[in-house]
Amino acid sequence: MSQLLNISGLSAGTEEKPILHDMNLSVGAGETHVLMGPNGAGKSTLGHVIMGDPVYKVSGGTITFDGQDITDKTPDKRSLAGIFLSYQAPVEVPGVPLYSFLRTITQMRPELKMTARKFRQRVGEICDQLDMGQGFLTRELNVGFSGGEKKKVEMLQLLLLKPKLAILDETDSGLDVDALSVVSRGIEAYRRECDGALLMITHNTRILEKLDVDRTHVMVKGRLVAEGPASLIDDIDQNGFARFEQDGAAAQKAEA
Amino acid sequence: MAEKSKRTQVEDVDRSLYDFVKSEEGYERYADGLTPDIVRAISAKKDEPQWMLDLRLKALEIYQDKQMASNWGPSIAGLDMDHISTYVSPKTKQAKDWNDVPKDIKDTFERLGIPEAERESLAGVGAQYDSEIVYHNMREEVAKQGVVYTTIEDAIHDPKWEPVVREYFGTLIPPTDHKFAALHYAVWSGGSFVYVPEGVHLDYPLQSYFRLNAQGAGQFEHTLIIVEPGADLHFIEGCSAPKYYEANLHAGAVELFVKDHARLRYSTIENWSKNMYNLNTKRATVGEDSKMEWVSGSFGSHVSYLYPTTILKGDRASCEYTGITFSGATQDLDTGCKFILLGKDTNVSADAKSISKDGGVNTFRSSVFVGKDATNARATVSCSSLMLDDISRSDTIPQMDIRNNTAQVGHEATIGRISDDTILYLMSRGCSEAEARTMVVNGFADPVSKELPLEYAVEMNNLIKIEMEGAIG
Repeated sequence: MSQLLNISGLSAGTEEKPILHDMNLSVGAGETHVLMGPNGAGKSTLGHVIMGDPVYKVSGGTITFDGQDITDKTPDKRSLAGIFLSYQAPVEVPGVPLYSFLRTITQMRPELKMTARKFRQRVGEICDQLDMGQGFLTRELNVGFSGGEKKKVEMLQLLLLKPKLAILDETDSGLDVDALSVVSRGIEAYRRECDGALLMITHNTRILEKLDVDRTHVMVKGRLVAEGPASLIDDIDQNGFARFEQDGAAAQKAEA
Repeated sequence: MAEKSKRTQVEDVDRSLYDFVKSEEGYERYADGLTPDIVRAISAKKDEPQWMLDLRLKALEIYQDKQMASNWGPSIAGLDMDHISTYVSPKTKQAKDWNDVPKDIKDTFERLGIPEAERESLAGVGAQYDSEIVYHNMREEVAKQGVVYTTIEDAIHDPKWEPVVREYFGTLIPPTDHKFAALHYAVWSGGSFVYVPEGVHLDYPLQSYFRLNAQGAGQFEHTLIIVEPGADLHFIEGCSAPKYYEANLHAGAVELFVKDHARLRYSTIENWSKNMYNLNTKRATVGEDSKMEWVSGSFGSHVSYLYPTTILKGDRASCEYTGITFSGATQDLDTGCKFILLGKDTNVSADAKSISKDGGVNTFRSSVFVGKDATNARATVSCSSLMLDDISRSDTIPQMDIRNNTAQVGHEATIGRISDDTILYLMSRGCSEAEARTMVVNGFADPVSKELPLEYAVEMNNLIKIEMEGAIG
């Protein structure tokens, strides 16, 4: 299968501190990948670097997406090309009603052109799928939303925008059982309806139970230290990250 | 190119919507500077009764005697009264039909969207061009209810209304108030006289639009509104001017009389050009169980001094103030609101917002005075500022003078910036950086635009968009 996302020799970090070291990772179209690792491994940083967060500077390597080099592209260009990053803590934007925000970001994408009526209908369908009352739509974007509600708003955007690649950054963290099941449904719907690729960043394996995972990547201290089939998740579930952490330390030492 | 521009289309706006100049050829323009002869000439031209001429001449004396206030606000050193013409009149009579308005002037107001708004959502419109009102009309059904909406000039020539104007004119803002109030009374021209009889509720707003086309000129319109007991009015004023290199001056006065059990909402969206000194004075007095509402959007001018004042005289009178000021490059806008609570159980709430960018300066002054007899008075003033860069400035200066122990008075102020996380979030959903910033700023302004009539809310969003794109004329 042709690669949708191709990260090659990527090193990146903030101005003060390198965080990611020589990373290589590929995700094929429609595949589901899981990125695991202990706290502080740099998983979220990788998600942000793929999205183009200007806080991080790429010091080496390239990121290509859908055949084009996006290493120097701004986040909006990456978004329009088909990358979606769901944040751990989505920001609140006062005064911007959710519905008009959704309409605006939909209208930016020629491939999603639809009438106002069709749009309203589509948003309604997704809200039903996510157990979201339509009352949310007139509220200000994420303002005063609970953690679970914010994640639902992320899922709503995901299903509406149908990106080619969705990176879900700890989307499961801090959710109660009900919210978790709604988010899982959202992810399943995305896989089923959009046939999009998925890169799940998590350190919790429960949300993965219902997913057909193609590849698992393990990250420690800013390095990818292992890659394997779905069964790797069960291994980590039982044995934790200890042995990978030793590998990570060894790699760091070898480089030094 | 701007012919197709309409205020109602957010995407189509460019600065040329406001920034176009019509020829002044054939206009009557009085000499620059200020002398008793000029004041007499203005009065004679308007064929005024003696009392008005006396008031003007007295005001001129006060103006000439009064020292310029010491340096407590933005500099007005660039304003040289010897180079400001206080009276410029287009050669036309006031019309009741847009077809009778000279083509270039009609074209100006068409481009500003006034006749269209009049057809769709207004009970009456007055349009002032330089020193004179060129168009005035009101729906017949409103006139039938006894509502009067005309110019002050016309009112003082009507035997029924002359005594009323004489009774109220210049009483709320006396010529002695400050130097530019004195100037105003010496050379005032144009503006509106509105009278809403007892118990009459207007379903649609009245609107006056002020356009200053002439270069190096002043506009000194006077607005006098009387809302009788139990009546209800929404009045809207809009103002704009094209950009010149010479200074222009706006020193209007707005006197609002809200009687008992009445309500007045006064909405303003001001977009003077950035060579304008806007030294405007607005004041309202509010009776028992009545409500005054101010909605104010200030975008233009080089320097503004503007502090709408509300005197809550009657018991249980209340006032709400909602305002936003947007200050960009070369702008120093000193705005605020003043409340004087005299009645018992009076209630004030003010929500002010400011946005500054490209070195713009915003100063927000609030003043709350609670008199000794005003038991259980309440006042809440909140001010939030958004700064879009490191070179802009925003100050909040609250002042309170509380003379009754039962008063509850609160003030809160916040200053913030647009966070990088917010921009990243919006960009990662496809917005360009400029779009993301505009979205945040519009969101910040939303509580104010919600209070504005629709066309003005759209216009305000357009103004924000223009400012955010940096396409400053």
